[in-house]
Amino acid sequence: MSKLILSFEGTMLKTVDLNKERITIGRRPDNDIQVDNLAVSGLHATVTTVLNDSVIEDQNSTNGTLINGELTQKHLLKHGDIIEIGKHTLRYVVETATATPYQEFAKTMVIRRPDAAAHGAHAAHAEHAPPLTHAAVPAPRPAPAAAAPAPVLSREAALKILTGSAAGRILDLNKSLTTIGKAGVQVAVFTRRPVGFFVTHVEGDVFPLINGESLGTQARQLNDQDTIEIAGTKMIFIYKT
Amino acid sequence: MALIDALQMISLSDPGMVRDLNEDSIELRPELGIAVLADGMGGYNAGEVASGMAVSLVAAGLAQFWNAATLQTLDRKAAILLSQTVLQQQVQAANAAIFSKAQNDAECQGMGTTLVVCLFYDDFITVGHAGDSRLYRLRNDVLEQITRDHSLLQEQIDSGMLRKEDAHLSNNRNFVTRAIGVDPVEEAEIHTYEVLEGDLYMICTDGLFGLVADDEIQMTLGALKANLDLAAQQLIQAANDAGGTDNVSVILVRAIKSFAVK
Repeated sequence: MSKLILSFEGTMLKTVDLNKERITIGRRPDNDIQVDNLAVSGLHATVTTVLNDSVIEDQNSTNGTLINGELTQKHLLKHGDIIEIGKHTLRYVVETATATPYQEFAKTMVIRRPDAAAHGAHAAHAEHAPPLTHAAVPAPRPAPAAAAPAPVLSREAALKILTGSAAGRILDLNKSLTTIGKAGVQVAVFTRRPVGFFVTHVEGDVFPLINGESLGTQARQLNDQDTIEIAGTKMIFIYKT
Repeated sequence: MALIDALQMISLSDPGMVRDLNEDSIELRPELGIAVLADGMGGYNAGEVASGMAVSLVAAGLAQFWNAATLQTLDRKAAILLSQTVLQQQVQAANAAIFSKAQNDAECQGMGTTLVVCLFYDDFITVGHAGDSRLYRLRNDVLEQITRDHSLLQEQIDSGMLRKEDAHLSNNRNFVTRAIGVDPVEEAEIHTYEVLEGDLYMICTDGLFGLVADDEIQMTLGALKANLDLAAQQLIQAANDAGGTDNVSVILVRAIKSFAVK
């Protein structure tokens, strides 16, 4: 369950559970969250909630809606976001009752509709037909931190070409994948991974040479100053400082 | 050219870095141009049961009803129609069998599975799917998602609530709106597309595209298409390097040559 906490100049005024699909915020009394201040438009913003996602949308308000200090038209809310409407603030909070191991709450669940044959139905149906989760499946929880992007490798590396027409060139290995060689003859791929840099044979009857030895079919981790020969061109692997 | 010579088909599956069980299942019948992938769900090892039943039942069913004797008498248009009919029948039969097993076996209660089935013939591909496993195509080094997920997230995007770019921030990433074996009657969404020489098809579970961005997948397939085994290893490694929070499975099918039936 997620909620919005309304405050004015540091004083908490009220807490609103986001328990329906659309919640309105504005100056007029018919809003779900009424904010009686002249800086607030009659209908200022709405919050649409579908299961674990809540999206706030400014409704062409006169003074706009700020999310974390930035003027925003539409925004997928995340835990801790601060919404500013006039001088009032709303804090978006996701309540996670108990810490659940990732494997449990990341499991896929099926949302079934009253009419199982009604495929392609609109998302709004979720409101009318709450998801039926199976007995063995726990309630959904917010996405885990574990799904965050891969750690960025801090060290940079490059290949210095020693022979051939490109001799003297430095080739930065700044992409996750760099292929080198002649298609159909001999190609190797350099991969950049969190644990380091690797070279693997891609195609060709003859394998590249690493420090004079045949690479074979397996990936091989590179060390600073390793020499590599691919399709007749010699190069050296260097870690940049 | 015969399918077995025109198509190169490989697959790779990995439990990932976090889970003990691999609930994904894959079955390939290269001589018939059939590739099936499923991502099971349900308690204990029921997900494994559901996905395993789905791929083996659908592959065996197709092999039985999609055969040379029948196809001989058909023109291309009729073959496309038959591919769609047979595929739908087999998915429905698998659905009924999995649903029945779930009803009658306490350990399998509530199990279900996503499914992607591809049938290659006469330079076309007929694909049927349910849930959030996907078919992609790399053509001229451009990756395109062919199937549309049956998921709450996709519906949120379609309705305008979420932007596609924000999909990875959603907390609704693990809800599918269609699955095989959960309801007594279920069907696949089925489409047929032209296959061009050089096309590379990728069928995968959400363990891949949930962790590895589409442009990264495109770059990997583009760079390593000459070595499909390595491309699949690289994709799975990328998913594991990004946390490997789910089982990850990939089927790659490359159309080396035309397989038109003259």
